[in-house]
Amino acid sequence: MNAPTLQPRTPATAMLVVLGGIAMLSGLLVVLAAQLTAPRIAENQRQAIERALVKVIPGSVTYRRYKVEEGRLLPAGEADDDILYAGYDDRGRLLGIAARAAAQGYADMIYLLYGYDPGCECIRGIQVLKLAETPGLGDKIMKDPDFLKNFEALDARLDAAGTALLNPIVTVKHGSKRNPWEIDAISGATISSRAVGKALNRSAQKLLPAIHPLLQQIHRLEEKG
Amino acid sequence: MSRRRDDRLTWETFSEGLWRENPVFVMLLGMCPVLAVTNSAVNALAMGLATTFVLVASGLLVSLLARYIPKQVRIATYIVIIATFVTLIDYTIQAISLDLYNALGAFIQLIVVNCIILGRAEAYASRNRPLKAVVNAAGMGAGFTFALLCLGGVRELLGAGSLFGFDLFGPNFQPWVVMVLPPGGFLVLGGWLLLFDWLKQRGRETEPLPRGETLHGR
Repeated sequence: MNAPTLQPRTPATAMLVVLGGIAMLSGLLVVLAAQLTAPRIAENQRQAIERALVKVIPGSVTYRRYKVEEGRLLPAGEADDDILYAGYDDRGRLLGIAARAAAQGYADMIYLLYGYDPGCECIRGIQVLKLAETPGLGDKIMKDPDFLKNFEALDARLDAAGTALLNPIVTVKHGSKRNPWEIDAISGATISSRAVGKALNRSAQKLLPAIHPLLQQIHRLEEKG
Repeated sequence: MSRRRDDRLTWETFSEGLWRENPVFVMLLGMCPVLAVTNSAVNALAMGLATTFVLVASGLLVSLLARYIPKQVRIATYIVIIATFVTLIDYTIQAISLDLYNALGAFIQLIVVNCIILGRAEAYASRNRPLKAVVNAAGMGAGFTFALLCLGGVRELLGAGSLFGFDLFGPNFQPWVVMVLPPGGFLVLGGWLLLFDWLKQRGRETEPLPRGETLHGR
């Protein structure tokens, strides 16, 4: 098979020209596609986030993006890390704050958006942004009505010093929820349920102490804008 | 593979991908997306159409350029061409629906390494004129989409009690969850292969046998 052939050898320039030409054509097409679809993709992502925001901050109609840096509140863009969304009703009153949380589930990371209501100092709702849990088992955390009932008013009060949650949010075994800061796991989806609790606790322990002293500013900023 | 040198465009050019050389049920190519993304009919359809687009577009370009591509760099060139069209379809699906994009996950990008496409480029598109290459690629794509829908439809019906997202059996239906999990893919594929083989076998039995030949052995 590998005996030297008698065919004339292809000059290297021909190969370079073909590969270079194809690569340029490819680059052109890819850039064109990226340019043409970028606005639609950004719009889709904004809509996906907004659909989730309406659910975790009930009654909200307008949103502002913020981030907390060294105790100061700054406006943020969609691409920033650790952003939080402030949701307002039609008269500009602050209804709640939403933030992202994530934890390792059974198959892959589970990404959530959760809404915090400063009025009741509780979590008012969660929405799964992305998950790869087992269909029929772990993905129940998205729609199981009994499980979602945990997040109608999940206690997230701060302790007296305001540096941590008074009671850490924990997931407990199915049917053994006694306190408002506990999440009743779905039986058959314990690992996914625990991941939700872990994600919420980790994010709330960090975000809520930081945001509490700044809540007045979020109100004020909205009045100015 | 077409070894005939004649250049005529026939119904066969299209239909061999659909039935006689169906990429999934006959050639058993591209099993990775076949098993992985057929847990619902919508996913199966989207994956089939995306693959068809890449097949047709890369078939056309390869057929047009085949004369100018030195054979030492042909595989590299084909892969770059295929990867380009996969990137285009990747952006397009993101622009159409993020939910669909998330459901299909990495399998869109993995169309690049789908052996049906490289196989068609090497064995067919590079040896035939553009029109024939496009028609044949469309047939292969249609056959692939058909096969994905066969799997996706059955798996969604049994595993979720719906078809294309429409609930068919009402709230009392107890879904057969294993069907939408990976093992369900293997089970349903096995079922379809059995059926197709049986059909083929029966077709052969009804044909008159040449003299001196029996069905089982010579």
